[in-house]
Amino acid sequence: MKELGYVRPSDPAQAVATVTDDAGARFLAGGTNLVDHLKLGVATPETLVDVSHLPLDAVDELADGGLRIGTNVRNSDLAAHPRLRAEWPAVSRALLAGASGQIRNQATTGGNLLQRTRCVYFQDVTTPCNKRAPGSGCSAIGGYERDNAVLGASEACVAVHPSDLAVALVAVDATVVSLTSDGERRRPVAELHRLPGDAPDRDTVLEHGELITAVELTPSAAARRSTYVKVRDRASYAFALVSVAVGLDLTDDLTVRDVRIAWGGVAHRPWRATRAEDALRGRALDERAVRAAVDEEIAAATTSAGTAYKLPMLRNTTALAVRRLVPEIAADAEEDR
Amino acid sequence: MDTSITLTVDGERHGLTVDTRTTLLDALRERLGNTSPKKGCDHGQCGSCTVLVDGRRQLTCLALAVSYDGAELTTAAGLAPDGPHPMQQAFLRHDAYQCGYCTPGQVCSAVGMLDEAARGQPSHVTEDLAAPTSVEDLTDAEIRERMSGNLCRCGAYVGILDAVREVAGA
Repeated sequence: MKELGYVRPSDPAQAVATVTDDAGARFLAGGTNLVDHLKLGVATPETLVDVSHLPLDAVDELADGGLRIGTNVRNSDLAAHPRLRAEWPAVSRALLAGASGQIRNQATTGGNLLQRTRCVYFQDVTTPCNKRAPGSGCSAIGGYERDNAVLGASEACVAVHPSDLAVALVAVDATVVSLTSDGERRRPVAELHRLPGDAPDRDTVLEHGELITAVELTPSAAARRSTYVKVRDRASYAFALVSVAVGLDLTDDLTVRDVRIAWGGVAHRPWRATRAEDALRGRALDERAVRAAVDEEIAAATTSAGTAYKLPMLRNTTALAVRRLVPEIAADAEEDR
Repeated sequence: MDTSITLTVDGERHGLTVDTRTTLLDALRERLGNTSPKKGCDHGQCGSCTVLVDGRRQLTCLALAVSYDGAELTTAAGLAPDGPHPMQQAFLRHDAYQCGYCTPGQVCSAVGMLDEAARGQPSHVTEDLAAPTSVEDLTDAEIRERMSGNLCRCGAYVGILDAVREVAGA
């Protein structure tokens, strides 16, 4: 690890100014990803600007019934928040499906969204990787492919975004609030992360020095009836092979008034499955309809021998998430193999 | 870059100067001589470096010491001032280790985990997120999930589960 400066700013504006003015500076929050990257040589900042002590750690109630979650709220505290559990259960479930008890006590809301891919080549500085070293090539294409993206990938990068929280936030139409030297910005979380294109070193649309300060949630019927299902190689403490957040707003006769579907483990950003949502909206809900809707979305998928399993897994897991929300619909379709 | 910090460890206050790059784990072990937390993987994957930071279980290998200036840390060695803590006694009774290397992390994690459950925190395997949780109601599945951040390479999980269940009163 190279020499490292350390600054503890007194307020968010000072933190933003310090990083904005210094190309070698990086924000440090919970550190659960960045400290590892310092050791691995994946991240080589000259100065860390420690924002973990800034007073951005409250969950406040908004006038519209929503919640404003300060960026420094720890993952464990957020997951346990009574209103989140009742009104945005997919978000609570996504947090609880991530990492371990210890890491959830350290990791922050904003930091969770800005964690970086666990692509094995990104984390191994002895291998080419366009995300870590732009222009060096992609080792994951034709290499160990099992974790690779199947939607929205480019010739430069097939990495997937690792956050569970981000997937659930996209599904419930959350807003991310950030601070720049020009003032506050607000964006849907769905517009925070980007596809790799020819610049996979950029995970998000944030500018250098732009600090996430909060995430805001708005209540909705689909958020209240939502869940998150994660498939991984072991029962706990592993990243997603595929994950699914689903929110449903149904009429009494189980017609889909509104639906939100977002997937993790399949793309460079949380993947909002808008084609699948369109296919389901206004329809009578049954499992065949869900599977057919997933097929609409994955028609554009690109798989290799190593990632072909993700498509049937998306069908099965999306159907499972819907069954968990609506146990009364019959499992009237065969599992895909 | 050197920075002066203060850490209270197992009730004792220490002032020390650390290089910015020093992890909390290395500060504890190499600078303060507290070898209770162990360096297993050093990448946040095994849990053997777990201590309580201001009462909450955390990994010291993924923490920079400078960021914890003023923190109060409790390692397994300092859990109980007078002899073994009830969790440590339960580990002894249930043979919840073989080589013992992961044990201080397991014990700190178990103590922190029961506190989380007592404060009503749900887990990944909690079926009804709206229902209140209590320590006495922790099922084996709940204990396993909540302890999943601590690996035991000797595979003493059966004993660990028994020990934690006993202390929980479940």
